[in-house]
Amino acid sequence: MISRITLKVNGTTHDLDVEPSTPLLYVLRDDLDLRGPRFGCGLGQCGACTVIIEGEAVRSCVRRVSTVAGAEITTLEGLAVNGTLDPVQQAWIDEQVPQCGFCQNGQILTAKVLLDRNPTPTNAEIREAMERTLCRCMTYYRVQAAIRRAAKATTPSPANAGQGE
Amino acid sequence: MTTNRSASKAVEDAPENGNATSSRRDFLKTSGFLVVGVGATSMAGPFSAIAQAPAAGQAPGPYPDLDFRKLDSWIVIRQDNTATFYVGKTDLGQGTGTAFRQVMSDELDIAYDKTSCVMGSTDVTVDQGGSGGSDALQTDGWPMRRVAAEARRVLLEMASAKFGVPVAALTVREGVISVTAEPTKTITYGELIGGGRFNVTLSGEDVNSVTGRASLKPVQELKNVGQSPPRDDIPAKVDGSLKWAVDVKLPGMVHARNVKPPVAGAKLVSIDESSVRGIPGFIRVVSKGNYVAVVCEREEQAIRAARELKVNWQNPTAASFPRSEDLFTYMRSATPTFSDKPQVVGDPDAAFAAAAKVIDADYEVPFQGHTAFGPAHATADPSNDQMTIYSNDMKSYGLRNGVAKFLQMPRDRVRVVWMDGPQAYGRTAADDAGFEAAFLAKEIGRPVRVQWSREEETAWDTKGPAYAVRMRGGLDGQGSLVALEYDARAADHNHLGYNEHDTVLIAQLAGMRRAEPARGRASVPSDKYTIPNRRMLGSVVALPLVWETPVRTGNLRDPDGPQVTFAFESFIDELAAAAEADPLEFRLHLLSAGTDDDGGFRRARSLAVIKAAAEAYGWEARPSPKPMASGDILTGRGIAYAFRSQTMVAQIAEVEVNRRTGHVWAKRLVCAHDCGLVVNPEALRRTVECGMLHSLSRALHEEVQFDTEKVTSANWSSSPTLTHADTPERIDVVLVNGDPNPERPDLPHYGAGEATCKPTLAAVANAIFDATGVRLRRVPFRDERVLAALQAAGV
Repeated sequence: MISRITLKVNGTTHDLDVEPSTPLLYVLRDDLDLRGPRFGCGLGQCGACTVIIEGEAVRSCVRRVSTVAGAEITTLEGLAVNGTLDPVQQAWIDEQVPQCGFCQNGQILTAKVLLDRNPTPTNAEIREAMERTLCRCMTYYRVQAAIRRAAKATTPSPANAGQGE
Repeated sequence: MTTNRSASKAVEDAPENGNATSSRRDFLKTSGFLVVGVGATSMAGPFSAIAQAPAAGQAPGPYPDLDFRKLDSWIVIRQDNTATFYVGKTDLGQGTGTAFRQVMSDELDIAYDKTSCVMGSTDVTVDQGGSGGSDALQTDGWPMRRVAAEARRVLLEMASAKFGVPVAALTVREGVISVTAEPTKTITYGELIGGGRFNVTLSGEDVNSVTGRASLKPVQELKNVGQSPPRDDIPAKVDGSLKWAVDVKLPGMVHARNVKPPVAGAKLVSIDESSVRGIPGFIRVVSKGNYVAVVCEREEQAIRAARELKVNWQNPTAASFPRSEDLFTYMRSATPTFSDKPQVVGDPDAAFAAAAKVIDADYEVPFQGHTAFGPAHATADPSNDQMTIYSNDMKSYGLRNGVAKFLQMPRDRVRVVWMDGPQAYGRTAADDAGFEAAFLAKEIGRPVRVQWSREEETAWDTKGPAYAVRMRGGLDGQGSLVALEYDARAADHNHLGYNEHDTVLIAQLAGMRRAEPARGRASVPSDKYTIPNRRMLGSVVALPLVWETPVRTGNLRDPDGPQVTFAFESFIDELAAAAEADPLEFRLHLLSAGTDDDGGFRRARSLAVIKAAAEAYGWEARPSPKPMASGDILTGRGIAYAFRSQTMVAQIAEVEVNRRTGHVWAKRLVCAHDCGLVVNPEALRRTVECGMLHSLSRALHEEVQFDTEKVTSANWSSSPTLTHADTPERIDVVLVNGDPNPERPDLPHYGAGEATCKPTLAAVANAIFDATGVRLRRVPFRDERVLAALQAAGV
């Protein structure tokens, strides 16, 4: 049964006529032309489809679109503010993290949520928070380095000033 | 400027405009051509094919092959003094596009940031085979440097004519030519030729030997080579702006999902289309032989239809394969389908008979998948009696040729627009999806997007062959290795090639396959050890089901070095332990003895990487295992070495083994790596890191599991991969890169990536032995397997 659903994505409101059980991922990609969230497993196991909903990293491949109507949804495309990359994205470029890059949407958004909650995570906290976000190019070592780099960039302190990775 | 992954972008946006003329114009505008104000018929270089007679409908064409003997096929210089390089390779995430810009800008003498690179689409780049074998720079770096050097030569001649002075009286710097004696007399490349054609014919028998008259610069004059400009593909991958192959949308496009046989070898009896006819957006079930797909207007509709379609399959009467836990017993008892002639040095039998100590060991590596992070996908557009396939296939030219044969279309009516995709690492199912999309598009008469499911990808992609290796070694009374036997069996019968019209999965399932399976191969180690008596043998065995099977083999990174090197370098470690020798010293001793290779070239560089790895790690010489420690966590270190072509690699792993859980953590990895001339050190470091971690994943986690009729490890839960928690605390990459022979300091660039993947499994196994005294001879080292081995040994 097609229904009218209102989605708020990256600050823009969209009224869509969709089957309410459709996974959010397909609506974002196919109806809203967003490319950040990607299909990786459809099982909520890999993280490629991650979006941020109300501050949570959510796997959009297993989230029915009807359950997120009206919620603030942020995708990779919505992370930059007025054309300036989020510090997490900048750290990803500075650290030259991606290989193929297909999983990096999930890596970046999961890291973003981690750092928003915990601006100075320990290595163990980084590993724990990122654990279920998979990468088949195995960029994990650089992902973790980029998270530490972004943490330093967003939490300036005299002790950390000027320290590189 | 960038590596333009999207000659594709504008092209594939174009049909959405529904106007062929404007689409070409947009494309050319994107490419910087219209700004020079020339008409379509005078377009330079790689776009001449596109700029020819406008075709009716949405897609331009036809798409003849570009002539590799035309300089204009390779390089375009615009009026704004920027250059675009057209490279017939694909970049799978290692930064080869950036590297080509570095080597070519050096030879052309233009600033790196004034260049861009277009790669891999069959109608705008010369067929250089796409990617494979880590050979982008080793093989293709040379022709690309030569054509860039030739462009520089031609531009200097043009300036010489303009200024009326000999070329020798000119100076060129960053795309600006000046008269050396009168530095105010200058002209840019863009002013000389901007937007125009070189009209220069090159020579050379084939694309790899293509050359002009210019000579290459000596390595000392290369400025961008050896620097680490950031990879130009990364920003768009980080900000979400990149358009991937998976993102292609075309007007009228529909969505297809395959319906695979539920068990391997099942035959289609009947389809009940009424089971899905009521699904909104349902268009059609397409079937041919045992190939079945559903096509719907929307993606989620196709997913539902594939799940709900009622198909009557007839299962095979015989088992298609042994259960995965019985695989190695099966492989050892099977009659080989093919055996190589043994490689024999000396008299191994006599040497074993005279040896003071003889040891035997069996090593086992299961099937391991490519398991692409993004399941296979492709979109095909059948407009205008042509076929355009939007694909991330690493061998886009092969896909074009294969689809043309499969659909019996003229080659110049088929093109592949190459776009970024998930990691490949060899022959993935991207090949299969490309053929399926083209087949379905022709059947439906509309653009079709095919997307495999996770379970389909993990179960049905091609696998690296399983290896069972029997090793025997003989030591004399002084602990020297005097005899060695390597006897490998590889389950690699019917090893699949790339984009073959008669072996891709749809050809098999649809009954359009060739009669004869490929022979496959069983490889022997790559090492420079001097062992006076040695016998090495490889045999191939077949599983019962040869065709239409999910347990099918194809090239997976190297493509069998990790398996072979695991057995061989683990066994070298066993011999070192039997000789009570330091395993690193034992290897140096084996390497130091001979001079029978290419003037000692490989041998000297092998010694150099082993020593470099030892130094970077801080290796302490002692035999393994180390004395048993107390406590739950046991630590140890192991080394392994291998080479591929002329790239030498030595790796050291430091592990923690939890004796209570069997869990192994590779806490630290060191790789000393010599691939000759390095173009981009920072990009190379990351490629090496990730290559090692991929092999670490194969060492710790990866195994294709199956019962007698289907693959049972088909998602990330049942088919685990390396995770963040497994990541080493520290990785050191040492780029050795040099010839110890002072007579030849300037090495060419050798393939860098895949060699990295070879030694890691053995380095980890050797470290586990060092820590625990327990030798693991079966990959992967999952917790339960390690724990069982520790308990059996009383650790």
